[in-house]
Amino acid sequence: MGQAVPVVELKGITKRFPGIVANDSISLQLRKGEIHALLGENGAGKSTLMSILFGLYQPDEGEIYINGAKETIDGPGKAIKLGIGMVHQHFKLVQNFTVAENIVLGIEPKKGLSINYRNANDRVQQLSEQYGLKVDPKVKIEDITVGMQQRVEILKTLYRGAEILIFDEPTAVLTVQEIQELMQILRSLAAEGKSIILITHKLKEIMEVSDRVTVIRRGKVIDTLVTAETNENELAEKMVGRRVSFELAMERKEPGSPLVKIDNLTVQGADKGKNILENISMVIRSGEIYGLAGVDGNGQRELVEAITGIRPIHSGSVMLGNADLTQVGIRERMVSGIAQIPEDRQKHGLVLDFKVSENMVLTTYKDSRFGKNGFLNDKEIERHASRLTSEFDVRSAGIQVSMRSLSGGNQQKAIIARELTRDPQLLIAVQPTRGLDIGAIEFVHERLMQAKNEGKAILLISYELDELYKMSDRIAVINEGRIMGVLDREEVNDEKLGLMMAGNKLGAKDGGAA
Amino acid sequence: MDWLNDIANLTNSTFVFTTALIFGAMGGLFSERSGVFNIGLEGMMTGGAFGAAIATYYAENAGYGWVSPWIGILAGIACGVLFSLLLAYTTVTLKANQAIVGVVINILAVAITLYLVKVIFDGAGDTETLKEVLKKWPVPLLSDIPFLGQALFNTYPTTYIAYLLIPISAYLLYKTPFGLRLRSVGEHPGAADTVGINVIKYRYIGVIISGVLAGIGGAAIALTTTSNFSHTTVSGQGFIALAAMIFGRWNPWGVLGATFFFGMAQALRNFVKLYDWSKDIPMEFLYMLPYLLTLLVLAGAVGKGVKGPAAAGEAYDPSKR
Amino acid sequence: MSDNQSVKKWSRIFVANNIWVPIIAIVLGLICGAIVMWIGGFNAMEAYQALFDKVFGSKYDIGETIRTITPLLFTGLSVGFAFRAGLFNIGADGQLIMGMTGATIVGVKIDFLPWIVHAPLTVICGMLIGGLWGALAGYLKSSRGVNEVISCIMLNWIALYLSNYLIRTVVLKPGTQRSETIQESASMSIGWLSTFMDNARMDWGIVIGLICTSLFYIILWRTKQGYELRAVGFNPEAARFSGINVPKNMLKSMMIAGMFAGLGGVFEVLGVFHYQVISAASAGYGFDGIAVALLGGNHPVGILLSSILFGVLTYGSAGMNFSASVPTEIVRIVIGCIIFFVASQGLIQMLYKPFMARREAKRKEAA
Repeated sequence: MGQAVPVVELKGITKRFPGIVANDSISLQLRKGEIHALLGENGAGKSTLMSILFGLYQPDEGEIYINGAKETIDGPGKAIKLGIGMVHQHFKLVQNFTVAENIVLGIEPKKGLSINYRNANDRVQQLSEQYGLKVDPKVKIEDITVGMQQRVEILKTLYRGAEILIFDEPTAVLTVQEIQELMQILRSLAAEGKSIILITHKLKEIMEVSDRVTVIRRGKVIDTLVTAETNENELAEKMVGRRVSFELAMERKEPGSPLVKIDNLTVQGADKGKNILENISMVIRSGEIYGLAGVDGNGQRELVEAITGIRPIHSGSVMLGNADLTQVGIRERMVSGIAQIPEDRQKHGLVLDFKVSENMVLTTYKDSRFGKNGFLNDKEIERHASRLTSEFDVRSAGIQVSMRSLSGGNQQKAIIARELTRDPQLLIAVQPTRGLDIGAIEFVHERLMQAKNEGKAILLISYELDELYKMSDRIAVINEGRIMGVLDREEVNDEKLGLMMAGNKLGAKDGGAA
Repeated sequence: MDWLNDIANLTNSTFVFTTALIFGAMGGLFSERSGVFNIGLEGMMTGGAFGAAIATYYAENAGYGWVSPWIGILAGIACGVLFSLLLAYTTVTLKANQAIVGVVINILAVAITLYLVKVIFDGAGDTETLKEVLKKWPVPLLSDIPFLGQALFNTYPTTYIAYLLIPISAYLLYKTPFGLRLRSVGEHPGAADTVGINVIKYRYIGVIISGVLAGIGGAAIALTTTSNFSHTTVSGQGFIALAAMIFGRWNPWGVLGATFFFGMAQALRNFVKLYDWSKDIPMEFLYMLPYLLTLLVLAGAVGKGVKGPAAAGEAYDPSKR
Repeated sequence: MSDNQSVKKWSRIFVANNIWVPIIAIVLGLICGAIVMWIGGFNAMEAYQALFDKVFGSKYDIGETIRTITPLLFTGLSVGFAFRAGLFNIGADGQLIMGMTGATIVGVKIDFLPWIVHAPLTVICGMLIGGLWGALAGYLKSSRGVNEVISCIMLNWIALYLSNYLIRTVVLKPGTQRSETIQESASMSIGWLSTFMDNARMDWGIVIGLICTSLFYIILWRTKQGYELRAVGFNPEAARFSGINVPKNMLKSMMIAGMFAGLGGVFEVLGVFHYQVISAASAGYGFDGIAVALLGGNHPVGILLSSILFGVLTYGSAGMNFSASVPTEIVRIVIGCIIFFVASQGLIQMLYKPFMARREAKRKEAA
């Protein structure tokens, strides 16, 4: 196999963006029929490299060979012609088109001048059956699950006759079961002779499914290894560039007495008929990190919005200490002691075009210390911002520059600084480390742990089970707007959580929906 | 049976008023379906009316006779396309704000055309009255049907073309690869781009079709209703067309219904003027009707709230896909 | 070094991002105008000369130029204010018309109050009606999710016809197409100043306009309310997550924008014409306001400067027509081109970037 011509060969690919070298002379070989994992931290340059292979970017230097022939890939159209397909992390599907319409878009089968929809539906159906994907060609994208949408993306590449498939972080949005099914699909695709590049930062998946793995760090290839000859620790070390411990080297104080009580919380959907959240009850103690596991889109966002007051509550109550916050507005809840690190920091947590100093008072500007009689006290705001940025090591070219100019890690630090300094009783952290590099992740985890040890109640919502294991005192699982059960940190494992995330209540013996 | 005759005449003139609205609204539809807001419709129609009037004027003086208005229509198309290229280049290529460029086109079109009219006609604010305009063309046989014949089949060629435009556009948008691609570009340009569809190209096509149709719409006004060009020729029809496109929910058949309705309001206005009792009717409310109804529809007070193409209004930035 | 810093500070006041864009846009706009005049067979230099002669020719002309500037300043502030809260107020036109109508009705119908009460009351009524018209678009946006550009277009036309209806039925001067003249006690003209300026129509509008210009700055940058408005303008989602009431702020910003535009209409009636006419189309002040705000970078100082520029161009165009016989539309073309160039900044940047880069390179070489 080593003698055969590789299906893809990248030689010395370099891509520069203003300020950084995203890919620094990267070389890579993909063999026919293999699953080749591309491992690296966020921002290491994996996605850039694959965007170059798919023709979305042009490399500044380097050459691409497909089946031994040198090629210039000047756009996705060319990549598709060369048999390259890409399953994007954020799906590229038109919501109000049908599955078949999305799949045939760009290469529609014709009958005269019209699209031959019957032919399109048949061919999609046939492909779907061939690879065991079980997709109905006639339904609209907006009506199917995320897992199904991903299969549509896979079908899109297969329909175009792709022999080389790139998967960009494909498991981020899937349930444990769906991930298992995807792994199966990957194996069967490889068995059919397709060559697969799997972009990921999840070590377990690499160990489970890949044949070889290439590790990228800061735009450079560190090593290419045969998966069977390596292990998770070695891969992690190569990815980060130093030894990493999966444990937090901090003391962990025992939680205190109950502080936050959520009782039978029900939230209705837009069409009033369906409940997005149904009878959610949880108690979070002071000094406790309460982890909430679950697949993206099972009501986590709505739960946070209901607790913070952004979304109206239909029935049930939210209590903080002795205060009933069920009916009060967003600001009152903030003043009462609820703080939030939002999932999408740039969209929900910051005003990027505001100065750093203005951002540091986004949730506190109404305090009388920042100005009286409706006017702003700029001096005090700037003093406050200076103090926070130095305490939390937020690196910027000064507090007068716009927030936009800060790196993602520093933006997150700014939010954490702002919210923790308010000294809240309950801190809701949603995916607080998403998209950060290891250094920043450790910083965030340490600050959260410190806040816990100071006696704050923390609701931690994450789609990364490892993060929940590491941080939480207890872990609850949410599925379709219902809590499936709560486990102590000593009793959790993948299998239990997986079953609950798929909709099985804790303790129910092979019961419920599968 | 006098009233039946009146209704036939009213329907007939409704369709005459509807003609320009159909062209304008369909123009807006193609542009917005491709993802480009077009509030410059009024300007494009003004350009079309101007081009048509001027070209017809020169053509009839050069002795082209009945061909003159058709030359005029071609010139109207050319002028509409010129303005649409301005919109396409600035919003699609340079990623300028679509609403602002639309406003600019409206301002520029009125100013430039009026300026040129004054230059050409020695300071007069309107062109001379055209002699060779489009004539009503009764369809053989069909126009002899009582009532219906007068109502539907004895009208201007541009009106017949407008009738045909609706089913042709519906077919194009919903049954052909071109339509699927155009709509995908307006809904999710990233999805289109990653399957190799040239987003820029399709947006240019959408906007240029918009210019062609709006140009014909303006030409139709100058060559059937007013028989000349002045600053009042188009006077707001582009905005009514815009309203009709929204009222018709960005769908050709919806546009047909909406334009018929709005055209009827205009025809009714002229129709009741003939009667003495009409003096007591506050005509202003009839003028307001299209805008008021469109607002109500948008606000969800009439029927379900409507949303246009998902990506309309934003320039496509490939680095954010 | 200090020189460089002061330039930086000045540019921050003038426009948020770049001072070169508006200046180059103005130059390009004037060049485009010259080309169009050349095509029409006119002498552009002569025409521009005539324009400036007209504006600065006499005390009367200077006074009338100021009168022309006033509504442009108001609509510019209106559009600019809404822009800061993230809304494109294309409806200043309708708000101005409603302000006019309100002032006309109150100014004509009430005939028993002394000036000291009647005039301010009339101003406030017109302002509030303009404000309510703006708030209507704000309400449709915040509570119904209707794109404000579309609703404003519709509201402009509705305002025009509604205003015509009200004038025709409430305050029509019999046998004409205009309203009765407003009461003397509602007039905002400044008689002695008019006499001093050779009977140019001088009124309190420009004074109130300048006060509004400072209020624009104070509200947006010195108050907590302004902080909220700007936060909503840049990122409504983040504002909402921070406990800011976004719908209320959208409503407020459109209300205030409408009040600015309404004032523009008020002084057209109370200060300049003293009556309102029934018209088939709007005068287009609202659209000029978009030009003013855009060129002025939505900053009060910028808006003031650009309203002066457009006022000068507009009033001076009469001179071009008179002495160089250029149609007055040429000025609309120039104004259109200027907004066009500001809106498509990419075009201007293409022009000056290489130039700047070369200068940068030279500086580096020298160092």
